[in-house]
Amino acid sequence: MYEILKKEILAPTIKKIKVKAPLIARKTEPGNFIILRVDEKGERIPLTVADHDDETGEVTIIFQEVGYSTKLLGSLEKGDYIHDIVGPLGHHIDMEGYKKVVLLGGGSGTALLYPKVKGFYEMGAEVITITGARTKNLVILEEELNNYSDRFFITTDDGSYGHHGFVTDVLEDLLDKEDDIDLVVAIGPVPMMRAVADMTEEYDIETIVSLNSIMVDGTGMCGACRVTIGGETKFTCVDGPAFDGHKVDFEELMNRLSFYQDEEALAEETEEEVNE
Amino acid sequence: MALKPKKTPMKEQDPKERVKNYDEVPEGYSDEDAVLEAERCLQCKHQPCVDGCPVSVPIPQFIQAVKDGDVVKANQIIKSKNNLPAVCGRVCPQEEQCEQLCVMGIKNEPVAIGRLERYVADYNMKRGTDKASKKEVEKDRIPELEGKKAAVIGAGPAGLTAAADLAKYGFNVTIFEALHDTGGVLRYGIPEFRLPKAIVDEEVEGIKDLGVNIQLNVVAGKTITIDELFADGYEAVFIGTGAGLPKFMNIPGENLNGVYSANEFLTRVNLMKAYKYPEYKTPVKVQNKVAVVGGGNVAMDAARTARRLGAEKVYIVYRRAEEQMPGRDEEIEHAKEEGVIFKLLNNPIAIHGKNGMVDKMECIQMELGEKDSSGRRRPIPVEDSNWMLDLDTVIIAIGQSPNPMLTKNTKDLETESWGGIITDENLKTSREGVYAGGDVVTGAATVIKAMGAGKKAAENIKEYLLNKNK
Repeated sequence: MYEILKKEILAPTIKKIKVKAPLIARKTEPGNFIILRVDEKGERIPLTVADHDDETGEVTIIFQEVGYSTKLLGSLEKGDYIHDIVGPLGHHIDMEGYKKVVLLGGGSGTALLYPKVKGFYEMGAEVITITGARTKNLVILEEELNNYSDRFFITTDDGSYGHHGFVTDVLEDLLDKEDDIDLVVAIGPVPMMRAVADMTEEYDIETIVSLNSIMVDGTGMCGACRVTIGGETKFTCVDGPAFDGHKVDFEELMNRLSFYQDEEALAEETEEEVNE
Repeated sequence: MALKPKKTPMKEQDPKERVKNYDEVPEGYSDEDAVLEAERCLQCKHQPCVDGCPVSVPIPQFIQAVKDGDVVKANQIIKSKNNLPAVCGRVCPQEEQCEQLCVMGIKNEPVAIGRLERYVADYNMKRGTDKASKKEVEKDRIPELEGKKAAVIGAGPAGLTAAADLAKYGFNVTIFEALHDTGGVLRYGIPEFRLPKAIVDEEVEGIKDLGVNIQLNVVAGKTITIDELFADGYEAVFIGTGAGLPKFMNIPGENLNGVYSANEFLTRVNLMKAYKYPEYKTPVKVQNKVAVVGGGNVAMDAARTARRLGAEKVYIVYRRAEEQMPGRDEEIEHAKEEGVIFKLLNNPIAIHGKNGMVDKMECIQMELGEKDSSGRRRPIPVEDSNWMLDLDTVIIAIGQSPNPMLTKNTKDLETESWGGIITDENLKTSREGVYAGGDVVTGAATVIKAMGAGKKAAENIKEYLLNKNK
């Protein structure tokens, strides 16, 4: 059992929790994820570690409530317990040797972007961060990202805050004007990552995307998270979650992510009936 | 009294009923059945059956105790060698082991050793007399080893057995398990109707009673490393991480929605209890037409599970003929009784989709040619014999290999090209103080072979530390 030490609501559906998990905290590096199970009947859900503290043994998780299990997680308060947490899983991102990096986060993907922004900044790279949200009150981690970025841009789809438009608008502008960008990192909804990868391919700039495939065990045992990378099948959990954005079969990824839509709806309906 | 030529039958749930539930299929022996069967044992002096048992259970002795009506004693006799009798009585391939060597079996059916083992284990579990007594536990204790720390990686059959024996020697044992529950393949792989999870729970409780500490949610190679274990005061490590990496066919369409590895399918249903969805929150999607590719026990488990999830047509697609299927006869028979349709001598070559979902599987017919290296006749495709099978779900059960997560993250641990850990005949690896056994060494095999390896490794770890500290 893992106690929730702190909880913060970053945006209406985006929450941040801190849990005590010393074994995981001391091993985590940017890009790693954990799998948790809220209670005995819960699903195993993969979530990226947003931050960690080796000394206090605390792990920070930021997540968006998208379905039954994440809503249940979001309903927990300080002092409540999470039944199981396992990790750190997946490969961390290799950050060495980059001079100028553009990092883009879309929606709750921004939370997953944060440890990478911090990591590259601490490695001494020039960091340009672009975060995009649908509307102003969904913009998260503004201050934290700004602290670790040399340049920082916000975009909103409806123009209620920052630049009116998409993260790719800002990226295109940068790519046109600056020819010394040596890495682009994009984390967010699949269409956003795909748009970024398509754009950077034209400029021939290395691009890393972080995939959010469906998983069960997260240790390479089930293969639910398989993705096609450059024509080869890979497991997101052990081979990723970060991959070369120019090689990902996004079409297949989108399709695979939609497989349990009906069941997810059913789980939420059932829960509503129980609560009524 | 004339010897009965056939095994005392064991009652089974009616196939028409049992495809609608997850209850166990064979119902077990009654006290009378057990005594009748025990009387068939010839009590041979040379005990060939014991040689067929990977953990050397004193078979004639426990059967004699059953015959004498002392089922508690029978259990103690079994437990002196086997830490998981209720599991083995259900899932061991006795027909290839103890029962194959039974003298009765030369002219008649062998003694139903497996059924008797199950009877003894269940009888004692039901009455709470299955736990080893303090005296029994302490008789193997070695003062020099008392309190020394030993780590076991993986809470499957190999790890549980090694841990139990190490604890009996006096070690302070901790098992590190990656999943959120114990049992390994007993929990995530073998379905409830073949091995009720309450039985696994009971057996694991028995091992905890020996003083074994179990830490769940710890992925060796990630959360902790073997170097860290030694730094933390552990003096020996046993690796029993099994063969958990699913094989795929590498044919077009394998990443369509509706294609599962057997591991994923069975893990969802067994470990995550998707058959109780939406009470349990992990879904599994099985519609009406399911093909399971493969001919082993895992394929039979997947096919029979699919029937229970409500699929009308469930096919086994296997590239060889029935007599070459690696699955146990009993499992194949049960699958047939439950309406599973066998499409033998057929090999899938592509899966075709519609709107991203499985729609059809293209198969090619096979015929048997010359014998190959496995001694089985090699299947050869019949030209222009392609045909289409209408489906909505495909489950791939063509085998598993060892998961590289731990070996990749452990320095100087030598492995085979296919991922297995290399050991000597004492199950010692290339790293001092590190032993390995079960599927991670042999490739996917049986529960009992893994248990035999766990036992052997525990004994060698004991010898290693006794010699080291001389």
